[in-house]
Amino acid sequence: MNASADNALTLEKPAQEAPALAHLAAQAEVKPPPPDDDIPLYAARREIYPQSTHGTFRRIKWAVLVITLGIYYLLPFVRWDRGPDAPTQAVLVDFPARRFYFFFIEIWPQEIYYLTGLLILAAIGLFLMNAIAGRVWCGYLCPQTVWTDLFFAVERLVEGDRREHMQRDARKWTAGTWARKGVKHFIWLMIAWWTGGAWVLYFADAPTLVKDLATFQAPLVAYAWIGILTFTTYTLAGHMREQVCLYMCPWPRIQAALTDEYALNVTYRYDRGEPRCSVKKAEQMRAKGEPAGDCVDCLQCVHVCPTGVDIRDGANLGCIQCGLCIDACDNIMKKLGRATGLIAYDTDINVQRRLEGEKPFFKIVRTRTVLYAAIIAIAGGVMLYTLATRASEGISVIHDRNPMYVQLSDGAVRNAYTIRIVNKQLKNRNFIISVDGLPSSLVDFVGLPPRADGRQLVDVGPDTTREVRVTVTDYSRTPPAPSTSIVFKLIDIDSGEVAKVRDHFFGPEKNK
Amino acid sequence: MAEETRQIDELTGTATTGHEWDGLRELNTPLPRWWLWTFYATIVFAIGYWVVYPTWPLVSKATQGAFGWHSRTAVESDLAALRAQRAPMMAKLSAASLAQIAANVELLDFARAEGRVAFADNCAPCHGSGGGGAKGYPNLNDDDWLWGGKLPQIEQTIRYGARSGNDKGHQGNMPPFAGVLKPAEISNVAEYVRSLSGLSVEKGADLAAGKKLFEGNCAVCHGANGKGNQELGSANLTDKIWLYGSSLQTIMNGIEHGHGGVMPAWEGRLSETTIKALTVYVWSFGGGVK
Repeated sequence: MNASADNALTLEKPAQEAPALAHLAAQAEVKPPPPDDDIPLYAARREIYPQSTHGTFRRIKWAVLVITLGIYYLLPFVRWDRGPDAPTQAVLVDFPARRFYFFFIEIWPQEIYYLTGLLILAAIGLFLMNAIAGRVWCGYLCPQTVWTDLFFAVERLVEGDRREHMQRDARKWTAGTWARKGVKHFIWLMIAWWTGGAWVLYFADAPTLVKDLATFQAPLVAYAWIGILTFTTYTLAGHMREQVCLYMCPWPRIQAALTDEYALNVTYRYDRGEPRCSVKKAEQMRAKGEPAGDCVDCLQCVHVCPTGVDIRDGANLGCIQCGLCIDACDNIMKKLGRATGLIAYDTDINVQRRLEGEKPFFKIVRTRTVLYAAIIAIAGGVMLYTLATRASEGISVIHDRNPMYVQLSDGAVRNAYTIRIVNKQLKNRNFIISVDGLPSSLVDFVGLPPRADGRQLVDVGPDTTREVRVTVTDYSRTPPAPSTSIVFKLIDIDSGEVAKVRDHFFGPEKNK
Repeated sequence: MAEETRQIDELTGTATTGHEWDGLRELNTPLPRWWLWTFYATIVFAIGYWVVYPTWPLVSKATQGAFGWHSRTAVESDLAALRAQRAPMMAKLSAASLAQIAANVELLDFARAEGRVAFADNCAPCHGSGGGGAKGYPNLNDDDWLWGGKLPQIEQTIRYGARSGNDKGHQGNMPPFAGVLKPAEISNVAEYVRSLSGLSVEKGADLAAGKKLFEGNCAVCHGANGKGNQELGSANLTDKIWLYGSSLQTIMNGIEHGHGGVMPAWEGRLSETTIKALTVYVWSFGGGVK
């Protein structure tokens, strides 16, 4: 079987000539144009049977798979003690209470900007990975890759490796074939179901929810989300596979626009590999003093590829750069007693340099990598700083819109405010509020009974907010300016912690 | 034309579609087959949607969904759920007295939230969205009350109104003195009234005559010292707050023609609990008297 001929994803020529034209539906062989009525508007899916392999990159991928999926499936069960009346789950998105818990961090809805920071870090991290070593994300870390890899492993376990699987599919399907397919899909669905199940555990207390789910006491929305994620996981990892990378995902397109000539990519070193010829023929050629490449055209690199790419055609959008072809090729080279690294992380510049007899060079430190690293450092630093210095109390003030000020019968002027006090600590706290900026003023909490010492204390419960109506009266009897800048100070009477917010005190217009 | 222009693109090896625009040829890049199936799936979904939800407009109404779902009934059930959720606090609110509400922070917050909505719906057209008032419509935020600013007094005013036609409502009004007093006398009284709250008086104004006329005609309601009487709803003329304005002309107009703004009675139009919540809300604007 000619695997390169059935590869619909690759270029005719090495991609350094026209990487931008890497065309998904380009055909490997030039055929005469089909008759008019035979133009295919829709391309049928070409089944890919990736072969198993072993080596450095396969080991890295297994390790990443175990670690990332382990985190995903088990993290909801990790406990974290926050004290009484607070969730004990280390990572929890608490929608009803509008809180996000991450170990020692508790995020309130108005602090959603931390998510912005995370998104900046994620985006620039992706760019940095890309600038250093191409599609590291696609090849090792992307959930689509990780789950598809797991599903491939199940498939090989049940239906056998590439050759066995292909042969059985090609023969008339027997009961055994059906049984194997059934077992495979069952295991896939179980994994998908567990994936959806783990997802919902991030949104409620995990042990309780597991018990509720098992006894059909859980809310309908939990079952619905498990169903949705079971469906998406099963479909995307079991059936869509490389189609997601080829047709759905925007990143390959963005990546192609972001990359540069110094970024390491999984590269077929055609300087060493071409012309391809068998071991025997290579000996004959070399004996005659003619050039003979190290590539023996064994197609192992193609057979192990999860997206069905022939890496020897150069970099292209279909290649997720998982490095499995490197392992496959290295294994062959070792058997042949040749140097490994015919396919390796390299650049086209280096291939060219070697062709011209120069030494390859690697340039990790470039303007863009430094820039990306700097942005990551700045964004991360800002986030850490704000997180470390964020106040455990907060005050926000809304001045009454109508009336802007109130003239009292004795000539004093009063303004009213709606104040929301935030207590981010997990204990009850007492606050007083004072106002700076007015010569003689009285602050009164409407409806709040004074304590024995005459002070009005606002007690705010643990981890909550409280809204109070506050009037501020200027008793100086000289009419205040139409607008005076004032500062509200929220003071925790136990710890002395102060939060401030600026607002205004309005008075009558001068000409009235 | 087509057979001449259909060809294989040299660079990519892909067939072209045969379309050509000024030498630019379109490569035939087929969509994946599953994309087509996804499109069909959306059509199937749309048909299912027609069956489940009200969809097609007919002459008088739309087709009804198979399960009877309707956006209006959905809203109604949401509102019912909201009322059920608030029911325990509403029960507490209707059982508590005004004084109990004012003394209980939780009840006070709840009553103010209820009152805010009722105020915006019923009171804001005259008194302003925040109770700031307007000329002839009292500002409810200040400490000057025509009919009293204690909780029961505010409730009384809301419940029965003023000059509302309700038998239990406040009845007093400012009668017109046109015909009773001569224009010059009205002017003197107005000057005297201005002097009560320390406002400037025009030169040559006869304050002594004004005082005498005041004692003879006005003091019966406004009091000998002009401080008003909440039993009668007569304004305190010695403070800085003027319902209709403090200019000489405005005061003279008031004396000549009288005043009698109407506050409607809300009993029977608003529920007992709503009146209670409104009372507390108005009281908590800041001017409420303890």
